[in-house]
Amino acid sequence: VSLSEDEVRHVAALARLALGDDEIAALTPQLAAILDYAAEVGRVAADDVEPMTHPLGLADVARPDEPGASLPADAVLAAAPDRVDDRFGVPRIVEEEA
Amino acid sequence: MTAWETVVGLEVHVELATRTKMWCGCPTTFGDAPNTNVCPVCSGQPGALPVPNARAVHDATLLGLALGGTIAPRCRFHRKNYFYPDLAKNYQISQYDVPLVSDGVLEVEVERDGTTVVETVRIERLHMEEDTGKSLHLGATGRLHGADRSAIDYNRSGVPLLEIVSRPDIRDPETAQAYLRELQAIVRALGVSDARMEEGSIRCDANVSVRRPGEELGTRCEIKNLNSVRSLGRAITHEAARQVALLEDGGTVVMETRHWDEEAGVTRTLRRKETVTDYRYFPDPDLVEVTTSPERVAEVRAELPELPAASRARLLAAGVPRAQAATVLAGGMLDLLDAAVAAGAPAPSAANWLAGEVTGWLAAEGVALVDSGLTGPHLAELVAMVDEGAVSATQAKQVLAGVLEERGATAPRAVADARGLAQLRDEGELARVVAEVVAANPEAVAAVRDGNDRAIGALVGQVMRATGGSADPRRTNELLRAAIG
Amino acid sequence: MSADPALTRLGAAALGAAVAAGEVSAREVVDAHLDAIAARDGVVADGDHWHARPADDLGPTDLHAFLVVTAAAARAAADDVDRRRAAGEALGPLAGVPLALKDVLTMRGAPTTCGSRMLEGWVPPYDATVTERLRAAGVVVLGKTNMDEFAMGSSTENSAYGPTRNPWDPARVPGGSSGGSAAAVAGGMAPLAIGTDTGGSIRQPAAFTGLVGGKPTYGAVSRYGLVAFASSLDQAGPFARDVTDAALLHAAIAGHDPRDATSDPGAPADVVAALGRGVEGLRVGVVTELEEAGCEPGVRAAFLGAVAALERLGAVVERVALPHALYGLPAYYLVAPAEASSNLARFDGVRYGLRVDAPTAEAMNAATRAAGFGPEVRRRIMIGTHSLSSGYVDAYYLQAARVRTLIARDFAAAFERVDVLISPTAPSVAFPIGAVVDPLTMYRNDVATVPASLAGVPAVSVPIGTADDGAGSGPLPVGLQVMAPLRADDRCYRVAHALEAELAFDPDPAAHGAGVRP
Ligand SMILES: [Mg+2]
Ligand SMILES: [Zn+2]
Repeated sequence: VSLSEDEVRHVAALARLALGDDEIAALTPQLAAILDYAAEVGRVAADDVEPMTHPLGLADVARPDEPGASLPADAVLAAAPDRVDDRFGVPRIVEEEA
Repeated sequence: MTAWETVVGLEVHVELATRTKMWCGCPTTFGDAPNTNVCPVCSGQPGALPVPNARAVHDATLLGLALGGTIAPRCRFHRKNYFYPDLAKNYQISQYDVPLVSDGVLEVEVERDGTTVVETVRIERLHMEEDTGKSLHLGATGRLHGADRSAIDYNRSGVPLLEIVSRPDIRDPETAQAYLRELQAIVRALGVSDARMEEGSIRCDANVSVRRPGEELGTRCEIKNLNSVRSLGRAITHEAARQVALLEDGGTVVMETRHWDEEAGVTRTLRRKETVTDYRYFPDPDLVEVTTSPERVAEVRAELPELPAASRARLLAAGVPRAQAATVLAGGMLDLLDAAVAAGAPAPSAANWLAGEVTGWLAAEGVALVDSGLTGPHLAELVAMVDEGAVSATQAKQVLAGVLEERGATAPRAVADARGLAQLRDEGELARVVAEVVAANPEAVAAVRDGNDRAIGALVGQVMRATGGSADPRRTNELLRAAIG
Repeated sequence: MSADPALTRLGAAALGAAVAAGEVSAREVVDAHLDAIAARDGVVADGDHWHARPADDLGPTDLHAFLVVTAAAARAAADDVDRRRAAGEALGPLAGVPLALKDVLTMRGAPTTCGSRMLEGWVPPYDATVTERLRAAGVVVLGKTNMDEFAMGSSTENSAYGPTRNPWDPARVPGGSSGGSAAAVAGGMAPLAIGTDTGGSIRQPAAFTGLVGGKPTYGAVSRYGLVAFASSLDQAGPFARDVTDAALLHAAIAGHDPRDATSDPGAPADVVAALGRGVEGLRVGVVTELEEAGCEPGVRAAFLGAVAALERLGAVVERVALPHALYGLPAYYLVAPAEASSNLARFDGVRYGLRVDAPTAEAMNAATRAAGFGPEVRRRIMIGTHSLSSGYVDAYYLQAARVRTLIARDFAAAFERVDVLISPTAPSVAFPIGAVVDPLTMYRNDVATVPASLAGVPAVSVPIGTADDGAGSGPLPVGLQVMAPLRADDRCYRVAHALEAELAFDPDPAAHGAGVRP
């Protein structure tokens, strides 16, 4: 698997990780090596096989539409790094809603 | 040079009116204090897990069937991964390759130069997902732009959402508006959402492009921030014109998301799409498959009530004018109309009262239909009183007002008695009043004699006034002509 | 307080019985274990919460199994058990028994860090279902144990709070990611511990520290309140010094939970009733692909010894193939990071945990995540994000999920022929702290444990003896893994119990002239 530093930079942006050039440089060969190894799964012929998402194959698990306990606002806001009254504060949002 | 054709596809999000959220037992009530309807699940606490709301899956299935869609025998929830502060987990649980519902259709009626035509809009998919929290943008503008800080409330986080995606079958703003109104009417008829645009419980984005008829689809722009049916129409009109102007100047349309500015009446670039977002969809391992057997489909289908289109057709067939039928349906008065008919009233008369006097009074008094106390038997009684001449048309309106003022506590006949509203039956008395009016208005009488028929109306009016509206206008007219000779 | 050190050598069943019989109070039991922690673990033993000392203040023999010791809450819980007993209440088999809880499970009133700076100081607003069930059983939680950050690792060296040491040789790792829980039990600081196992994180540390460790059938134990690493693989399970204790703990935490949509609605296997049934006539399959898979000679010898023991006990042993077993590791290192990259997205500096300030929300998220996650977590988030990104998801994530289906089919076919499958739990004995630096070499520790994880089948690691590493180590424990069909956890414990009785392994390092005593 060939992986360029620009690709790794793109992945870091998707993963929202602020990685410096030195770490990008260090990570690139590591990720390439791991992906090389992981790519071995490609040697198994499995096109006709359904991907497994759940070992027990359960289906239709649901709850009745009945109210449960919510938390007091303070219990949730207690951990907020930045609290604006009863809301979670964040710096200026640049990107628009997806 | 052939004209340009506008091509529109709509993406509608409907918030379901379930008691609790999609994945947790928090209430969905609108307008509560910030972060009071939250728990570990909907506030994205580490370790918390989602469990689907059975009612939401049911409601999605019901709407899917109402839209003539196919229900997937097996489908899953996927994670749509993107970072945004109001998205508590930084992924939205949605559906991807297999939506719960596919291939639906919505037929809408559009007025086109006088005549009503039926337009068919195909629905590509309907899938289940969850709403996000709400960001409050602090700063000068109160909007995202120019805000220096934002504050997040997760009360809406995890509220069940249905996304309904139409195919690009819409060719004009009127059809788009009719589609949105019809969808609103359907979800209300099913009782799965109150579909209030102003509260955001129904939201609409429009994909707009233009082309020469017969050519393949042009580059589209997605228009956001459409807060009313009216702005949907205005935005499409403006955006299509913008694209046409661009192309006719030899320019090209750029694929992008645009923001509708209601005040300025223009769309503005929001986000370029060349850097298409990579959502890294994959099956949510916290959730298992949703299956729907043919038996289950039949079960849910059996719950379908009469849909707005069928109601409309039924009213038209019963002789109700189209405009009045529309008013009755939009006003949620169909049950009342049916009850009046069941109590003996002809549908057209009952519809006439509901679409006219009743709608007018409710609007003027700011009273909701449910609080008015008006019943089908009331309406039927009122119609009967007019038909048998017990009250004049004028008096009938006073009787209705009385019934409504008393919130249905008193029936029409009782109101009429209590207020002494009865048509004048005494011929001699009526003849005496007619004679007085003729004597008192020589010039009007002369005008009538000169063949000015409008003048007789004035004389009839005077008689009505003198009898407090209790005279029968037709009989009055006859007696006046006789007296004038 | 005069606590009896002998109490820390008793197992859970014995302690539970003694408390129920009134021979000892739950308070005496918890104090004895708190004394052991104070003596061995390198915590600052005062206040309601005892905190671990910073890594560079820890001595060479401080085990550093605990990140926080909830001393006051533990004493209160013990007093409550004693009160209930005095009031004549019937107590369960584990009432008054101390336990160490992996710091990846939430518990009200104590911080949950997952071994990460990202969650430093976070006190969860709710209890995990496992925590609730332990409380209901009268189990006394001593504190939260050290782990590889967000359970990503096989040595507990990836903890942001410094490595845990192996009670058999403090220069060596206890395995991971549940190394703190393993060291707490092997080091005599708790008779029981809860770990979590995603690709071997209970079984491998159990093998490295001479303990019994079980990964239940996927869905047998609720994941509600277990901070997710890889949701389709994570399972909480028991550590104990003998099979009976492990089975009792398994039984205490297993069972359906409506708050976890992946929880098995069926009744869990009765793992306690299975004990003592022996293996006479039981069909045991040795997995050919995993039998040798890079095993050290000492591990191989111990394993063959255990196979011979099973034959002596009347088991019918044959070789069975899992043709896709060796594709398990690459599949695992795609599936787990992919799920992790999404599960760990919520750590963004907005709702809880660390925030690194920046002028915009986007920059704040990115700076917070870069600073809050350690190198291995960043590496796996990168791998997972890449393997899910457009153009790669089919070749990587989905292909790995297909291979997973094939591995599950391999197990199903094998279980047509045999009742259980066995293999060495890990290819090596515990290695020295700092010895393994290359990620891929570290990942290979999981070669024998990931197949059961991917298929969701239950597996229990039981100690079968000791070996040296062929490079001058002292005697170090070796584990054998018993795998059974979905929902047949009882078979794992049944076979492990028979081996335990036959091999008479002593879990006390001192009995082998190993480890250090304070
Ligand atoms: Mg959507
Ligand atoms: Zn909630």
